[in-house]
Amino acid sequence: MSEARTTNILEMSHLTKRFPGVIALQNVSLKVKAGTVHALMGENGAGKSTLMKCLFGIYTMDEGKILLDGKEVSFANSKQALENGVSMVHQELNQVRQQNVMDNLWLGRYPKKGIFIDEKKMYEDTVAIFNSLDISIDPRSRVSTLSVSEMQMVEIAKAVSYHSKIIVMDEPTSSLTEKEVDHLFKIIRKLQSENVAIIYISHKMEEILKVSDEVTIMRDGQYIATKSAKDLTTEEIIKLMVGRDLSQRFPSKMNQPGDVILKVTDLTAENESSFSNINFELRKGEILGIAGLVGSKRTEVMESLFGMRSLSSGMVELHGKEVHNHSPQHAIKNGFALVTEERRSTGIYPDLSISFNSIIANLVQYKKGIFLSDRKVHDDTKWVIDSMKVKTPSQKTSIGSLSGGNQQKVIIGRWLLTNPEILLLDEPTRGIDVGAKYEIYQLINQLAADGKGIIMISSEMPELLGVTDRILVMSNGRAAGIVDTATTSQEEIMRLAALY
Amino acid sequence: MSTQAMKNSKITKWLFDHVIYVFLILLVIGIVIASPDFLSVTNLINILSQSSSRIIIALGIAGILITAGTDLSAGRMVGLAAVVSASLLQAGDYAYKMYPNLPELPFFVPIIIAMVVTGLFGILNGVIVSKFHVPPFIATLGMMISVYGITSIYFDRPPYGAQPIGGLSESFTKFAQRGIPIGDYEIPFLIFYAIIFSVIIWVIWNKTQLGKNMYAIGGNPEAAKVSGVNVAKNIIIIYMIAGLLYGFSGTIEAGRVGSATNNTGNMYELDAIAACVVGGVSLSGGIGTVPGVITGVLIFQIINYGLAFLGVSPYIQFIVKGAIIIVAVAFDMRKHAKKK
Repeated sequence: MSEARTTNILEMSHLTKRFPGVIALQNVSLKVKAGTVHALMGENGAGKSTLMKCLFGIYTMDEGKILLDGKEVSFANSKQALENGVSMVHQELNQVRQQNVMDNLWLGRYPKKGIFIDEKKMYEDTVAIFNSLDISIDPRSRVSTLSVSEMQMVEIAKAVSYHSKIIVMDEPTSSLTEKEVDHLFKIIRKLQSENVAIIYISHKMEEILKVSDEVTIMRDGQYIATKSAKDLTTEEIIKLMVGRDLSQRFPSKMNQPGDVILKVTDLTAENESSFSNINFELRKGEILGIAGLVGSKRTEVMESLFGMRSLSSGMVELHGKEVHNHSPQHAIKNGFALVTEERRSTGIYPDLSISFNSIIANLVQYKKGIFLSDRKVHDDTKWVIDSMKVKTPSQKTSIGSLSGGNQQKVIIGRWLLTNPEILLLDEPTRGIDVGAKYEIYQLINQLAADGKGIIMISSEMPELLGVTDRILVMSNGRAAGIVDTATTSQEEIMRLAALY
Repeated sequence: MSTQAMKNSKITKWLFDHVIYVFLILLVIGIVIASPDFLSVTNLINILSQSSSRIIIALGIAGILITAGTDLSAGRMVGLAAVVSASLLQAGDYAYKMYPNLPELPFFVPIIIAMVVTGLFGILNGVIVSKFHVPPFIATLGMMISVYGITSIYFDRPPYGAQPIGGLSESFTKFAQRGIPIGDYEIPFLIFYAIIFSVIIWVIWNKTQLGKNMYAIGGNPEAAKVSGVNVAKNIIIIYMIAGLLYGFSGTIEAGRVGSATNNTGNMYELDAIAACVVGGVSLSGGIGTVPGVITGVLIFQIINYGLAFLGVSPYIQFIVKGAIIIVAVAFDMRKHAKKK
């Protein structure tokens, strides 16, 4: 055993992965010893998932090499990785929910007796694996009836059934209760004793320090350090994760927060596993940031304000008067606007023109009789292009052919045409290059200076610190605190984000 | 929650989960109350034998629906099989034979030929859907139109032109029209064919790798792919099996009616899809059972037969059938609907 723990089962060395305009990984290395738990840490967007996607062949790396058990490998897809003993327990579980547990476990390689499936063997093999892992799930129960934790157990059992040497767990505890986490850790220990290596991706410091042997930290697509977990403290990890300068990436602020325009009291989602008891106020001309880790339900809060999700309780007051946004139509009428996180899937109509994309949220304004007024459409599109500084050859250009930053400007312009009072921005600079980000920040600043109330979700800590006035930090569906941007630090926000 | 209330909610849940069977029973009870004579062995035999070829078609389409596909070409393939098999099965002494010099073949040879032909078209459907990624609705819409053209060319040609292919040999009409005498009644062979195919399809769906893969592909194609399922191959086989079923169904349709034209089978696919949907097959894939499909077909057949038996206008029957399709799916959506 002790010998096994000194040999590297996996060596990824000097990986580089470029996307158009972005270097996602730069010369990153990761060495994992057999029979150990190796934590992989970094802020959202640090490159952890990209690194894992390179391992599983979902992305092809541009440079570098991967050694598995001393032999160079390059998997074409996750199936190949699986067959070579490298498996992943996904954050979003990839299961056929309509089928039962054992059907899922053996999908693609059912034991057979002649031309028929050997259900008995399938059942017995499943029970044997479940027993060895102390999992008590009926192999015949339908996956859709399982809890998230149980589905995860099934995924782990599946990895074990492939005799995996390495199991990657991506945020495995993000939706587990404390008791379920203990069970997971027991399973991890058991796997470890059988010389399986675990790559453990998580944001939760205490968990990491408790379960892992070694920790590798990444930042901005670069390798920062690998340290033994027992030599690390939460503070040190945070320092390694965030250590970068904030100079000159943000325009100077010019907005002046005024009176409270929006008051949110005890907002609780109808779906119990979502958020609860969210309280905050937003002032005229203020930029309120929402920070939190993936899974902290930030987007859910924003979508609830915009009438896209049902609430079980809570009150939203606009200018001291209660408003009920039961649908986006209501929300728009009440002066709310939402720029969604997934620009490609829920923001733009990629094949249609800038003009169409500019006016689509607000067609009523262009009606002249039963037709739409071409002149007004033209004028407003021109306003969007000019005031948002959209770089485009013409109004008729399809928005899909613009850069991400210019697309985002059109979307923001679209919502400004509805003349909102409250502007909700969900990750407004995601997938946008640094220069264009600056322009978006300027725009946000300008809008606040013009008296709009702005709520902005961001996973990029420096961005929140550079742009907002105050920051609501969410943790696991709860408000962990509201901090003043001028006096807070990344460390404080990180600590709050990991609070629950 | 009190135990009584829990019991009640359990009963409600059971009723919800088995709503089509409950509906079938209520339907029969309703018709029997309106006219007690309805309960007779003859009526039962008639309903079952009329359902037989529809069950076979519906089972083919159901497999495709479970993969989250659809097949609009089913009815036209039934027509193609009917015309091909009938043309090869005309009695030796019949005056208007399509192939005057063809000796009288054993009845199973043309059946196999017809099934091979529709099986090949099924494969073609599957290839277009899985290899060229044409949406199943479009792929099979195109196939539906093309197959009609092919059937018509085959059907409308010298020496006798476009006229029903009749005068089928006795061995064949026996195969489709007669049955096994039991007591005072004759149980049509048709019913046995439907039972045999239902059993075969049930075994494929529940006991073989192909069946499990079919559910997996419809339920979560991504999961199926990463687990190493050859999605394209499985889809092609499912469309092929459907083609074979349409082929068999087309031949017995020709035998049952005693002749075939290029319009035989027209619109059968819509009846079959409706029966599947009422029988609990999900159009978004991954869900469906053989008993459900059979029940769906029977519900429509009982409505057809029962309302006619009661003397209800056929126009009203259409209204009832249409409403049932919509209500059934609305129920189903309610069952699956989840609040965000």
